[in-house]
Amino acid sequence: MGKRGTREYTFWTAGLAAVIVAALFPVLWLLMLSLKTPDTIGDGRFIPEKFTLENYTSLFDGGFDSPLLRPLINSVAIALIATTIAIVLASFTAYAIARLDFPGRRAILGGALAIAMFPPISTVGPLFDMWRTLGIYDTYLGLIIPYLTFALPLAIYTLVAFFREIPWELEQAAQVDGATPFQAFTKVIAPLAAPGMFTAAILVFIFCWNDFVFAISLTSTDSSRTVPAAIAFFTGESQFTAPTGNIAAAAILVTIPIIVFVLIFQRRIVAGLTSGAVKG
Amino acid sequence: MAVNVPAPQEQAVVRTGGLSERARAERKLGWMLSAPAVAAMLLVTAYPIGYAFVLSLQKKDLRFPDESGFVGLDNYGAVLSSDLWWSSLFNTAFIAVVSVVIELVIGMALAMIMHRAIFGRGAVRTSVLVPYGIVTVVAAFAWFYAFDPGSGFVNGLPFVDDDKAWFGERWSAMAVIIAAEVWKTTPFMALLLLAGLTTIDETLYEAAKVDGATWWQRFTKITLPLMKPAILVALLFRTLDAFRVFDSIFVMTRGSQDTESISIVGYNQLISRLNLGLGSAVSVLIFLVVFAIAAFFVRGLGTRTPGEA
Repeated sequence: MGKRGTREYTFWTAGLAAVIVAALFPVLWLLMLSLKTPDTIGDGRFIPEKFTLENYTSLFDGGFDSPLLRPLINSVAIALIATTIAIVLASFTAYAIARLDFPGRRAILGGALAIAMFPPISTVGPLFDMWRTLGIYDTYLGLIIPYLTFALPLAIYTLVAFFREIPWELEQAAQVDGATPFQAFTKVIAPLAAPGMFTAAILVFIFCWNDFVFAISLTSTDSSRTVPAAIAFFTGESQFTAPTGNIAAAAILVTIPIIVFVLIFQRRIVAGLTSGAVKG
Repeated sequence: MAVNVPAPQEQAVVRTGGLSERARAERKLGWMLSAPAVAAMLLVTAYPIGYAFVLSLQKKDLRFPDESGFVGLDNYGAVLSSDLWWSSLFNTAFIAVVSVVIELVIGMALAMIMHRAIFGRGAVRTSVLVPYGIVTVVAAFAWFYAFDPGSGFVNGLPFVDDDKAWFGERWSAMAVIIAAEVWKTTPFMALLLLAGLTTIDETLYEAAKVDGATWWQRFTKITLPLMKPAILVALLFRTLDAFRVFDSIFVMTRGSQDTESISIVGYNQLISRLNLGLGSAVSVLIFLVVFAIAAFFVRGLGTRTPGEA
Protein backbone atom coordinates (compact mmCIF):
# COMPACT_ATOMS: atom_id res chain seq x y z
CA MET A 1 0.00 0.00 0.00
CA GLY A 2 2.67 2.42 1.08
CA LYS A 3 4.81 1.64 -1.95
CA ARG A 4 1.91 1.94 -4.37
CA GLY A 5 0.94 5.23 -2.75
CA THR A 6 4.42 6.65 -3.29
CA ARG A 7 4.47 5.52 -6.91
CA GLU A 8 1.12 7.04 -7.60
CA TYR A 9 2.23 10.22 -5.89
CA THR A 10 5.36 10.42 -8.05
CA PHE A 11 3.33 9.75 -11.19
CA TRP A 12 0.86 12.56 -10.45
CA THR A 13 3.59 14.99 -9.40
CA ALA A 14 5.46 14.41 -12.66
CA GLY A 15 2.27 14.74 -14.74
CA LEU A 16 1.11 17.92 -13.03
CA ALA A 17 4.56 19.49 -13.22
CA ALA A 18 4.75 18.71 -16.95
CA VAL A 19 1.36 20.32 -17.58
CA ILE A 20 2.15 23.46 -15.60
CA VAL A 21 5.56 23.92 -17.25
CA ALA A 22 4.11 23.38 -20.75
CA ALA A 23 1.33 25.88 -20.09
CA LEU A 24 3.47 28.62 -18.56
CA PHE A 25 6.90 28.29 -20.16
CA PRO A 26 6.18 30.20 -23.40
CA VAL A 27 4.83 33.15 -21.38
CA LEU A 28 7.83 33.14 -19.04
CA TRP A 29 10.16 32.96 -22.03
CA LEU A 30 8.50 36.01 -23.54
CA LEU A 31 8.72 37.84 -20.21
CA MET A 32 12.45 37.12 -19.97
CA LEU A 33 12.94 38.18 -23.60
CA SER A 34 11.21 41.50 -22.85
CA LEU A 35 13.71 42.20 -20.04
CA LYS A 36 16.82 41.73 -22.17
CA THR A 37 18.97 44.55 -23.50
CA PRO A 38 19.21 44.97 -27.30
CA ASP A 39 22.75 43.52 -27.46
CA THR A 40 21.82 40.38 -25.47
CA ILE A 41 18.43 39.74 -27.10
CA GLY A 42 19.91 37.17 -29.46
CA ASP A 43 21.92 35.22 -26.88
CA GLY A 44 19.30 32.48 -26.53
CA ARG A 45 19.62 32.45 -22.72
CA PHE A 46 16.48 31.99 -20.63
CA ILE A 47 17.49 34.31 -17.76
CA PRO A 48 18.75 37.66 -19.13
CA GLU A 49 22.38 38.47 -18.48
CA LYS A 50 21.46 42.09 -17.80
CA PHE A 51 17.92 43.11 -16.82
CA THR A 52 16.40 46.26 -18.28
CA LEU A 53 12.98 47.90 -18.38
CA GLU A 54 14.02 49.92 -21.42
CA ASN A 55 11.78 47.86 -23.72
CA TYR A 56 8.77 48.84 -21.62
CA THR A 57 9.52 52.50 -21.05
CA SER A 58 10.27 53.16 -24.72
CA LEU A 59 6.76 51.91 -25.59
CA PHE A 60 5.37 54.97 -23.84
CA ASP A 61 7.96 57.56 -24.91
CA GLY A 62 6.14 60.52 -26.41
CA GLY A 63 2.76 60.15 -24.69
CA PHE A 64 -0.07 59.86 -27.20
CA ASP A 65 2.37 59.58 -30.09
CA SER A 66 4.11 56.66 -28.40
CA PRO A 67 3.86 53.22 -29.98
CA LEU A 68 1.61 51.69 -27.34
CA LEU A 69 -0.38 54.25 -25.34
CA ARG A 70 -3.09 54.97 -27.92
CA PRO A 71 -3.54 51.31 -28.94
CA LEU A 72 -3.78 50.33 -25.27
CA ILE A 73 -6.49 52.93 -24.62
CA ASN A 74 -8.26 51.84 -27.83
CA SER A 75 -8.15 48.17 -26.82
CA VAL A 76 -9.57 48.82 -23.36
CA ALA A 77 -12.27 51.23 -24.54
CA ILE A 78 -13.42 49.18 -27.54
CA ALA A 79 -13.49 45.92 -25.59
CA LEU A 80 -15.37 47.51 -22.66
CA ILE A 81 -17.97 49.23 -24.85
CA ALA A 82 -18.56 46.15 -27.01
CA THR A 83 -18.79 43.93 -23.90
CA THR A 84 -21.31 46.21 -22.20
CA ILE A 85 -23.61 46.43 -25.22
CA ALA A 86 -23.30 42.71 -25.94
CA ILE A 87 -24.23 41.76 -22.37
CA VAL A 88 -27.25 44.10 -22.28
CA LEU A 89 -28.63 42.85 -25.62
CA ALA A 90 -27.78 39.23 -24.87
CA SER A 91 -29.48 39.30 -21.48
CA PHE A 92 -32.75 40.53 -23.05
CA THR A 93 -32.58 37.69 -25.55
CA ALA A 94 -31.43 35.08 -23.06
CA TYR A 95 -34.20 36.05 -20.64
CA ALA A 96 -36.78 35.68 -23.41
CA ILE A 97 -35.37 32.31 -24.47
CA ALA A 98 -35.06 30.94 -20.94
CA ARG A 99 -38.39 32.15 -19.60
CA LEU A 100 -40.87 33.01 -22.33
CA ASP A 101 -42.65 30.74 -24.75
CA PHE A 102 -42.58 32.21 -28.23
CA PRO A 103 -42.09 30.77 -31.69
CA GLY A 104 -38.60 31.40 -33.01
CA ARG A 105 -36.76 30.64 -29.79
CA ARG A 106 -35.00 27.65 -31.27
CA ALA A 107 -34.33 29.50 -34.51
CA ILE A 108 -32.57 32.26 -32.56
CA LEU A 109 -30.40 29.75 -30.69
CA GLY A 110 -29.63 27.91 -33.94
CA GLY A 111 -28.84 31.17 -35.72
CA ALA A 112 -26.57 32.27 -32.88
CA LEU A 113 -24.71 28.98 -33.12
CA ALA A 114 -24.31 29.42 -36.88
CA ILE A 115 -22.83 32.86 -36.29
CA ALA A 116 -20.43 31.46 -33.69
CA MET A 117 -19.09 29.23 -36.48
CA PHE A 118 -19.11 31.93 -39.14
CA PRO A 119 -15.68 32.72 -40.67
CA PRO A 120 -14.96 36.40 -39.83
CA ILE A 121 -12.70 36.78 -42.87
CA SER A 122 -15.75 36.30 -45.10
CA THR A 123 -17.26 39.53 -43.76
CA VAL A 124 -14.06 41.59 -43.78
CA GLY A 125 -14.23 42.62 -47.46
CA PRO A 126 -17.86 43.77 -47.46
CA LEU A 127 -17.43 45.51 -44.10
CA PHE A 128 -14.30 47.27 -45.36
CA ASP A 129 -16.30 48.60 -48.33
CA MET A 130 -19.44 49.42 -46.29
CA TRP A 131 -17.51 51.14 -43.50
CA ARG A 132 -15.67 53.35 -45.97
CA THR A 133 -18.95 54.35 -47.56
CA LEU A 134 -20.52 55.04 -44.16
CA GLY A 135 -17.42 56.87 -42.92
CA ILE A 136 -16.80 54.56 -39.95
CA TYR A 137 -13.67 52.90 -41.35
CA ASP A 138 -10.83 53.31 -38.82
CA THR A 139 -13.13 54.39 -35.98
CA TYR A 140 -14.13 52.79 -32.66
CA LEU A 141 -17.63 52.17 -33.97
CA GLY A 142 -16.26 50.29 -36.97
CA LEU A 143 -14.66 47.74 -34.64
CA ILE A 144 -17.33 47.71 -31.93
CA ILE A 145 -20.06 46.59 -34.36
CA PRO A 146 -18.33 43.42 -35.60
CA TYR A 147 -17.08 42.56 -32.08
CA LEU A 148 -20.62 42.91 -30.80
CA THR A 149 -21.98 40.60 -33.48
CA PHE A 150 -19.43 37.87 -32.99
CA ALA A 151 -19.62 38.12 -29.19
CA LEU A 152 -23.42 37.91 -29.00
CA PRO A 153 -23.70 34.13 -29.63
CA LEU A 154 -21.16 33.43 -26.88
CA ALA A 155 -22.99 35.78 -24.50
CA ILE A 156 -26.44 34.42 -25.36
CA TYR A 157 -25.43 30.78 -24.89
CA THR A 158 -23.69 31.45 -21.59
CA LEU A 159 -26.57 33.54 -20.25
CA VAL A 160 -29.32 31.12 -21.35
CA ALA A 161 -27.52 28.33 -19.49
CA PHE A 162 -27.28 30.48 -16.35
CA PHE A 163 -30.81 31.91 -16.56
CA ARG A 164 -32.31 28.42 -16.82
CA GLU A 165 -30.83 27.64 -13.40
CA ILE A 166 -32.40 30.63 -11.66
CA PRO A 167 -35.40 29.74 -9.45
CA TRP A 168 -37.76 32.30 -10.97
CA GLU A 169 -40.60 31.30 -8.54
CA LEU A 170 -38.78 33.45 -5.99
CA GLU A 171 -39.91 36.52 -7.92
CA GLN A 172 -43.57 35.64 -7.37
CA ALA A 173 -42.90 34.61 -3.80
CA ALA A 174 -41.43 38.06 -3.13
CA GLN A 175 -44.46 39.72 -4.69
CA VAL A 176 -46.78 37.61 -2.55
CA ASP A 177 -44.82 38.88 0.43
CA GLY A 178 -45.66 42.44 -0.61
CA ALA A 179 -42.71 43.43 -2.82
CA THR A 180 -43.46 45.52 -5.89
CA PRO A 181 -42.49 43.92 -9.24
CA PHE A 182 -39.56 46.35 -9.39
CA GLN A 183 -38.38 45.39 -5.90
CA ALA A 184 -38.84 41.72 -6.70
CA PHE A 185 -36.61 42.15 -9.71
CA THR A 186 -33.89 44.30 -8.14
CA LYS A 187 -33.76 42.55 -4.76
CA VAL A 188 -34.33 38.94 -5.77
CA ILE A 189 -33.69 38.26 -9.43
CA ALA A 190 -30.87 40.68 -10.20
CA PRO A 191 -28.55 39.32 -7.48
CA LEU A 192 -29.19 35.79 -8.74
CA ALA A 193 -28.55 36.75 -12.37
CA ALA A 194 -25.48 38.90 -11.70
CA PRO A 195 -22.88 36.09 -11.46
CA GLY A 196 -23.96 34.67 -14.84
CA MET A 197 -23.87 38.08 -16.46
CA PHE A 198 -20.46 38.75 -15.00
CA THR A 199 -19.15 35.44 -16.31
CA ALA A 200 -20.51 36.14 -19.77
CA ALA A 201 -18.90 39.59 -19.62
CA ILE A 202 -15.46 38.13 -18.85
CA LEU A 203 -15.68 35.68 -21.76
CA VAL A 204 -16.85 38.40 -24.15
CA PHE A 205 -14.11 40.78 -23.00
CA ILE A 206 -11.43 38.12 -23.60
CA PHE A 207 -12.92 37.52 -27.04
CA CYS A 208 -12.82 41.22 -28.01
CA TRP A 209 -9.36 41.70 -26.50
CA ASN A 210 -8.06 38.82 -28.63
CA ASP A 211 -9.36 39.84 -32.05
CA PHE A 212 -6.82 40.42 -34.80
CA VAL A 213 -8.56 39.93 -38.17
CA PHE A 214 -10.99 42.85 -37.81
CA ALA A 215 -8.42 45.00 -36.01
CA ILE A 216 -5.94 44.92 -38.90
CA SER A 217 -8.56 45.04 -41.67
CA LEU A 218 -10.86 47.82 -40.48
CA THR A 219 -8.28 50.25 -39.12
CA SER A 220 -5.41 52.10 -40.74
CA THR A 221 -3.95 54.36 -38.04
CA ASP A 222 -3.30 54.35 -34.31
CA SER A 223 -6.46 56.39 -33.74
CA SER A 224 -8.46 53.16 -33.45
CA ARG A 225 -5.94 50.36 -33.87
CA THR A 226 -5.98 47.91 -30.96
CA VAL A 227 -2.89 46.43 -29.32
CA PRO A 228 -2.72 43.10 -31.22
CA ALA A 229 -2.84 44.98 -34.54
CA ALA A 230 -0.41 47.66 -33.34
CA ILE A 231 2.13 45.05 -32.19
CA ALA A 232 2.07 43.35 -35.58
CA PHE A 233 2.96 46.65 -37.25
CA PHE A 234 5.69 47.73 -34.82
CA THR A 235 8.86 48.82 -36.57
CA GLY A 236 12.37 48.99 -35.19
CA GLU A 237 14.07 52.25 -34.35
CA SER A 238 15.96 52.02 -37.61
CA GLN A 239 15.59 49.86 -40.66
CA PHE A 240 18.28 47.57 -39.33
CA THR A 241 17.03 46.90 -35.81
CA ALA A 242 14.24 44.41 -35.23
CA PRO A 243 11.66 45.57 -32.66
CA THR A 244 11.90 42.23 -30.85
CA GLY A 245 12.29 43.65 -27.34
CA ASN A 246 9.44 46.14 -27.79
CA ILE A 247 7.11 43.54 -29.22
CA ALA A 248 7.87 41.17 -26.36
CA ALA A 249 7.26 43.93 -23.81
CA ALA A 250 3.97 44.99 -25.43
CA ALA A 251 2.92 41.35 -25.64
CA ILE A 252 3.53 40.94 -21.91
CA LEU A 253 1.56 44.11 -21.14
CA VAL A 254 -1.57 42.88 -22.99
CA THR A 255 -1.24 39.51 -21.31
CA ILE A 256 -1.22 40.86 -17.76
CA PRO A 257 -4.94 41.83 -17.59
CA ILE A 258 -5.91 38.39 -18.88
CA ILE A 259 -3.74 36.61 -16.33
CA VAL A 260 -5.24 38.73 -13.55
CA PHE A 261 -8.77 37.88 -14.77
CA VAL A 262 -7.91 34.21 -14.96
CA LEU A 263 -6.42 34.13 -11.46
CA ILE A 264 -9.35 35.92 -9.85
CA PHE A 265 -12.26 34.48 -11.82
CA GLN A 266 -11.07 31.04 -12.88
CA ARG A 267 -14.08 29.18 -11.48
CA ARG A 268 -16.48 31.44 -13.31
CA ILE A 269 -14.53 31.21 -16.57
CA VAL A 270 -14.56 27.42 -16.48
CA ALA A 271 -18.26 27.35 -15.59
CA GLY A 272 -19.06 29.78 -18.39
CA LEU A 273 -17.01 28.00 -21.03
CA THR A 274 -18.59 24.65 -20.33
CA SER A 275 -22.15 25.60 -19.34
CA GLY A 276 -23.43 26.30 -22.83
CA ALA A 277 -21.75 23.27 -24.34
CA VAL A 278 -22.96 20.68 -21.88
CA LYS A 279 -26.32 21.67 -20.50
CA GLY A 280 -27.45 23.20 -23.77
CA MET B 1 -43.67 28.37 -14.50
CA ALA B 2 -41.70 28.73 -17.66
CA VAL B 3 -38.50 27.52 -16.06
CA ASN B 4 -38.85 24.04 -17.43
CA VAL B 5 -40.13 24.80 -20.87
CA PRO B 6 -41.94 21.79 -22.33
CA ALA B 7 -40.48 20.15 -25.41
CA PRO B 8 -41.67 21.67 -28.71
CA GLN B 9 -43.85 18.67 -29.60
CA GLU B 10 -45.92 19.15 -26.47
CA GLN B 11 -46.23 22.83 -27.13
CA ALA B 12 -47.51 22.14 -30.63
CA VAL B 13 -50.33 20.06 -29.18
CA VAL B 14 -51.28 22.73 -26.67
CA ARG B 15 -51.08 25.43 -29.30
CA THR B 16 -53.66 23.87 -31.66
CA GLY B 17 -56.36 25.77 -29.78
CA GLY B 18 -56.65 29.57 -30.01
CA LEU B 19 -53.98 31.60 -28.26
CA SER B 20 -54.93 33.17 -24.98
CA GLU B 21 -54.41 36.85 -24.41
CA ARG B 22 -51.57 36.04 -22.05
CA ALA B 23 -49.80 33.73 -24.50
CA ARG B 24 -50.01 36.37 -27.19
CA ALA B 25 -48.51 38.99 -24.89
CA GLU B 26 -45.74 36.56 -23.99
CA ARG B 27 -44.97 35.99 -27.66
CA LYS B 28 -44.80 39.67 -28.35
CA LEU B 29 -42.51 40.32 -25.38
CA GLY B 30 -40.27 37.43 -26.46
CA TRP B 31 -39.88 38.86 -29.94
CA MET B 32 -39.33 42.39 -28.69
CA LEU B 33 -36.62 41.29 -26.28
CA SER B 34 -34.85 39.22 -28.94
CA ALA B 35 -35.11 41.72 -31.79
CA PRO B 36 -32.08 43.95 -30.99
CA ALA B 37 -29.63 41.04 -30.65
CA VAL B 38 -31.00 39.30 -33.75
CA ALA B 39 -30.75 42.50 -35.77
CA ALA B 40 -27.17 43.08 -34.60
CA MET B 41 -26.19 39.54 -35.49
CA LEU B 42 -27.72 39.70 -38.97
CA LEU B 43 -26.30 43.16 -39.72
CA VAL B 44 -22.71 41.96 -39.65
CA THR B 45 -23.13 38.42 -41.01
CA ALA B 46 -26.13 37.83 -43.28
CA TYR B 47 -25.99 41.23 -44.97
CA PRO B 48 -22.21 41.26 -45.59
CA ILE B 49 -22.15 37.69 -46.90
CA GLY B 50 -24.95 38.62 -49.31
CA TYR B 51 -23.03 41.75 -50.27
CA ALA B 52 -19.85 39.65 -50.67
CA PHE B 53 -21.74 37.46 -53.12
CA VAL B 54 -22.82 40.52 -55.12
CA LEU B 55 -19.24 41.89 -55.11
CA SER B 56 -17.87 38.51 -56.14
CA LEU B 57 -19.80 38.72 -59.43
CA GLN B 58 -18.16 42.02 -60.31
CA LYS B 59 -14.80 43.21 -61.42
CA LYS B 60 -14.06 45.62 -58.63
CA ASP B 61 -10.52 46.64 -57.86
CA LEU B 62 -10.18 49.81 -55.82
CA ARG B 63 -6.85 50.53 -57.48
CA PHE B 64 -8.54 50.60 -60.89
CA PRO B 65 -12.02 51.99 -60.18
CA ASP B 66 -12.78 52.73 -63.83
CA GLU B 67 -12.65 49.11 -64.87
CA SER B 68 -15.57 47.99 -62.67
CA GLY B 69 -18.43 45.96 -64.08
CA PHE B 70 -20.43 42.76 -63.94
CA VAL B 71 -18.37 39.69 -64.84
CA GLY B 72 -20.59 36.79 -63.77
CA LEU B 73 -18.70 33.84 -62.34
CA ASP B 74 -15.32 34.86 -63.78
CA ASN B 75 -13.87 35.61 -60.35
CA TYR B 76 -14.78 32.14 -59.12
CA GLY B 77 -13.17 30.67 -62.24
CA ALA B 78 -10.03 32.65 -61.57
CA VAL B 79 -9.85 31.56 -57.92
CA LEU B 80 -10.69 27.91 -58.51
CA SER B 81 -8.19 27.55 -61.33
CA SER B 82 -5.34 29.06 -59.32
CA ASP B 83 -2.74 26.93 -57.55
CA LEU B 84 -2.74 29.44 -54.71
CA TRP B 85 -6.33 28.66 -53.68
CA TRP B 86 -5.82 24.90 -53.70
CA SER B 87 -2.48 25.02 -51.90
CA SER B 88 -3.94 27.36 -49.26
CA LEU B 89 -6.97 25.11 -48.85
CA PHE B 90 -4.62 22.16 -48.41
CA ASN B 91 -2.53 24.09 -45.85
CA THR B 92 -5.63 25.09 -43.91
CA ALA B 93 -7.01 21.55 -43.87
CA PHE B 94 -3.60 20.17 -42.94
CA ILE B 95 -3.16 22.60 -40.05
CA ALA B 96 -6.73 22.02 -38.87
CA VAL B 97 -6.62 18.21 -38.98
CA VAL B 98 -3.17 17.82 -37.45
CA SER B 99 -3.72 20.38 -34.69
CA VAL B 100 -7.21 19.13 -33.80
CA VAL B 101 -6.04 15.49 -33.60
CA ILE B 102 -3.12 16.44 -31.34
CA GLU B 103 -5.40 18.65 -29.26
CA LEU B 104 -7.92 15.86 -28.85
CA VAL B 105 -5.30 13.45 -27.52
CA ILE B 106 -3.57 15.94 -25.22
CA GLY B 107 -6.90 17.53 -24.25
CA MET B 108 -8.29 14.15 -23.25
CA ALA B 109 -5.20 13.43 -21.15
CA LEU B 110 -5.45 16.87 -19.53
CA ALA B 111 -9.16 16.43 -18.82
CA MET B 112 -8.46 13.09 -17.13
CA ILE B 113 -5.62 14.60 -15.11
CA MET B 114 -7.91 17.43 -13.96
CA HIS B 115 -10.70 14.94 -13.21
CA ARG B 116 -8.68 12.33 -11.35
CA ALA B 117 -5.76 14.21 -9.82
CA ILE B 118 -5.42 13.51 -6.13
CA PHE B 119 -3.89 16.94 -5.58
CA GLY B 120 -2.98 20.07 -7.48
CA ARG B 121 -6.18 20.24 -9.54
CA GLY B 122 -6.52 23.96 -8.93
CA ALA B 123 -2.93 24.65 -9.98
CA VAL B 124 -3.41 22.78 -13.25
CA ARG B 125 -6.69 24.51 -13.99
CA THR B 126 -5.20 27.93 -13.33
CA SER B 127 -2.17 27.29 -15.48
CA VAL B 128 -4.06 25.87 -18.47
CA LEU B 129 -6.34 28.92 -18.47
CA VAL B 130 -3.32 31.10 -19.24
CA PRO B 131 -2.89 29.82 -22.83
CA TYR B 132 -6.67 30.01 -23.28
CA GLY B 133 -6.83 33.65 -22.24
CA ILE B 134 -3.69 34.86 -23.96
CA VAL B 135 -4.04 36.91 -27.14
CA THR B 136 -3.40 34.69 -30.19
CA VAL B 137 -1.00 37.24 -31.66
CA VAL B 138 1.01 37.21 -28.43
CA ALA B 139 1.13 33.40 -28.40
CA ALA B 140 2.29 33.48 -32.02
CA PHE B 141 5.09 35.94 -31.17
CA ALA B 142 6.19 33.84 -28.18
CA TRP B 143 6.59 30.78 -30.41
CA PHE B 144 8.05 32.77 -33.26
CA TYR B 145 10.80 34.29 -31.10
CA ALA B 146 11.53 30.95 -29.46
CA PHE B 147 12.24 29.35 -32.85
CA ASP B 148 13.67 32.37 -34.66
CA PRO B 149 17.47 32.00 -34.94
CA GLY B 150 17.88 35.73 -34.17
CA SER B 151 16.37 35.55 -30.67
CA GLY B 152 15.37 31.99 -29.90
CA PHE B 153 16.70 29.22 -27.75
CA VAL B 154 15.39 26.25 -29.74
CA ASN B 155 18.42 26.09 -32.02
CA GLY B 156 20.63 25.98 -28.95
CA LEU B 157 18.95 22.81 -27.71
CA PRO B 158 20.73 19.48 -28.14
CA PHE B 159 19.94 17.58 -31.38
CA VAL B 160 18.78 20.77 -33.12
CA ASP B 161 20.76 22.23 -35.99
CA ASP B 162 22.39 25.43 -34.65
CA ASP B 163 21.49 27.55 -37.67
CA LYS B 164 18.19 25.99 -38.72
CA ALA B 165 15.96 28.66 -40.28
CA TRP B 166 12.56 27.37 -39.12
CA PHE B 167 10.58 29.92 -41.09
CA GLY B 168 12.62 29.57 -44.27
CA GLU B 169 11.07 26.28 -45.24
CA ARG B 170 7.45 25.22 -45.63
CA TRP B 171 7.16 22.17 -43.39
CA SER B 172 9.24 23.43 -40.47
CA ALA B 173 7.25 26.70 -40.55
CA MET B 174 4.00 24.73 -40.58
CA ALA B 175 5.24 22.66 -37.63
CA VAL B 176 5.83 25.78 -35.52
CA ILE B 177 2.46 27.26 -36.58
CA ILE B 178 0.73 24.03 -35.54
CA ALA B 179 2.65 23.92 -32.25
CA ALA B 180 1.52 27.46 -31.40
CA GLU B 181 -2.10 26.64 -32.29
CA VAL B 182 -2.03 23.48 -30.19
CA TRP B 183 -0.53 25.26 -27.20
CA LYS B 184 -3.09 28.05 -27.36
CA THR B 185 -6.26 26.02 -27.84
CA THR B 186 -5.74 22.65 -26.14
CA PRO B 187 -7.00 24.10 -22.81
CA PHE B 188 -10.35 24.96 -24.40
CA MET B 189 -10.64 21.41 -25.73
CA ALA B 190 -9.62 19.99 -22.33
CA LEU B 191 -12.25 22.05 -20.48
CA LEU B 192 -15.04 20.95 -22.84
CA LEU B 193 -13.95 17.32 -22.46
CA LEU B 194 -13.66 17.69 -18.69
CA ALA B 195 -17.27 18.90 -18.58
CA GLY B 196 -18.31 15.76 -20.49
CA LEU B 197 -16.18 13.57 -18.25
CA THR B 198 -17.82 14.81 -15.05
CA THR B 199 -21.27 13.73 -16.30
CA ILE B 200 -20.24 10.04 -16.35
CA ASP B 201 -21.66 7.99 -13.48
CA GLU B 202 -18.78 6.83 -11.21
CA THR B 203 -20.59 3.59 -10.31
CA LEU B 204 -20.08 2.34 -13.88
CA TYR B 205 -16.33 2.33 -13.27
CA GLU B 206 -16.76 0.60 -9.91
CA ALA B 207 -18.89 -2.11 -11.51
CA ALA B 208 -16.39 -2.59 -14.35
CA LYS B 209 -13.54 -2.84 -11.84
CA VAL B 210 -15.42 -5.53 -9.93
CA ASP B 211 -15.87 -7.42 -13.20
CA GLY B 212 -12.11 -7.25 -13.73
CA ALA B 213 -11.95 -4.69 -16.56
CA THR B 214 -8.48 -3.22 -17.15
CA TRP B 215 -7.81 0.51 -17.23
CA TRP B 216 -7.77 0.46 -21.05
CA GLN B 217 -11.04 -1.49 -21.23
CA ARG B 218 -12.73 0.96 -18.88
CA PHE B 219 -11.48 3.83 -21.03
CA THR B 220 -12.59 2.39 -24.38
CA LYS B 221 -15.84 0.72 -23.25
CA ILE B 222 -17.15 3.31 -20.79
CA THR B 223 -15.41 6.67 -21.09
CA LEU B 224 -15.22 7.03 -24.88
CA PRO B 225 -18.77 5.87 -25.77
CA LEU B 226 -20.37 8.01 -23.06
CA MET B 227 -18.27 11.01 -24.01
CA LYS B 228 -19.04 10.78 -27.71
CA PRO B 229 -21.46 13.75 -27.69
CA ALA B 230 -18.99 15.96 -25.78
CA ILE B 231 -16.12 14.88 -28.05
CA LEU B 232 -18.10 15.64 -31.22
CA VAL B 233 -19.09 19.11 -30.01
CA ALA B 234 -15.50 19.87 -29.04
CA LEU B 235 -14.27 18.61 -32.42
CA LEU B 236 -16.86 20.64 -34.32
CA PHE B 237 -15.97 23.88 -32.53
CA ARG B 238 -12.24 23.38 -32.76
CA THR B 239 -12.22 22.22 -36.39
CA LEU B 240 -14.15 25.29 -37.53
CA ASP B 241 -11.97 27.49 -35.36
CA ALA B 242 -8.81 25.92 -36.75
CA PHE B 243 -10.10 26.51 -40.27
CA ARG B 244 -9.99 30.25 -39.58
CA VAL B 245 -6.27 30.11 -38.79
CA PHE B 246 -4.89 33.55 -39.56
CA ASP B 247 -3.17 35.31 -36.65
CA SER B 248 -0.31 32.83 -36.17
CA ILE B 249 0.50 32.65 -39.88
CA PHE B 250 0.33 36.42 -40.27
CA VAL B 251 2.79 36.89 -37.41
CA MET B 252 5.21 34.09 -38.27
CA THR B 253 5.49 33.99 -42.07
CA ARG B 254 2.85 36.35 -43.54
CA GLY B 255 2.14 33.40 -45.84
CA SER B 256 5.62 33.11 -47.34
CA GLN B 257 7.15 29.67 -48.10
CA ASP B 258 3.71 28.42 -49.25
CA THR B 259 2.23 28.61 -45.78
CA GLU B 260 -0.86 30.67 -46.69
CA SER B 261 -4.18 29.65 -45.18
CA ILE B 262 -7.42 30.47 -46.99
CA SER B 263 -7.99 33.37 -44.58
CA ILE B 264 -4.57 34.81 -45.43
CA VAL B 265 -5.36 34.59 -49.14
CA GLY B 266 -8.69 36.36 -48.55
CA TYR B 267 -7.00 39.11 -46.51
CA ASN B 268 -4.28 39.64 -49.11
CA GLN B 269 -6.78 40.03 -51.94
CA LEU B 270 -9.21 42.23 -50.02
CA ILE B 271 -7.10 44.47 -47.84
CA SER B 272 -3.57 44.37 -49.24
CA ARG B 273 -4.49 44.41 -52.94
CA LEU B 274 -7.92 46.06 -52.57
CA ASN B 275 -9.32 43.68 -55.14
CA LEU B 276 -12.83 43.44 -53.72
CA GLY B 277 -14.25 41.36 -56.58
CA LEU B 278 -11.70 38.56 -56.47
CA GLY B 279 -11.36 38.79 -52.68
CA SER B 280 -15.12 38.47 -52.23
CA ALA B 281 -15.13 35.32 -54.36
CA VAL B 282 -12.54 33.93 -51.91
CA SER B 283 -14.74 35.06 -48.98
CA VAL B 284 -17.79 33.29 -50.38
CA LEU B 285 -15.79 30.12 -51.05
CA ILE B 286 -14.43 30.15 -47.48
CA PHE B 287 -17.97 30.53 -46.21
CA LEU B 288 -19.10 27.54 -48.30
CA VAL B 289 -16.19 25.38 -47.07
CA VAL B 290 -16.99 26.20 -43.42
CA PHE B 291 -20.68 25.58 -44.04
CA ALA B 292 -19.89 22.17 -45.58
CA ILE B 293 -17.76 21.16 -42.58
CA ALA B 294 -20.48 22.19 -40.13
CA ALA B 295 -23.11 20.30 -42.16
CA PHE B 296 -20.86 17.22 -42.20
CA PHE B 297 -20.54 17.27 -38.40
CA VAL B 298 -24.21 17.93 -37.71
CA ARG B 299 -25.82 15.74 -40.40
CA GLY B 300 -23.10 13.20 -41.12
CA LEU B 301 -21.77 12.49 -37.63
CA GLY B 302 -24.95 13.39 -35.75
CA THR B 303 -23.28 16.00 -33.56
CA ARG B 304 -25.87 17.31 -31.14
CA THR B 305 -25.21 21.00 -31.02
CA PRO B 306 -25.73 22.81 -27.73
CA GLY B 307 -29.30 23.99 -27.24
CA GLU B 308 -30.90 20.90 -28.71
CA ALA B 309 -31.19 19.19 -25.35
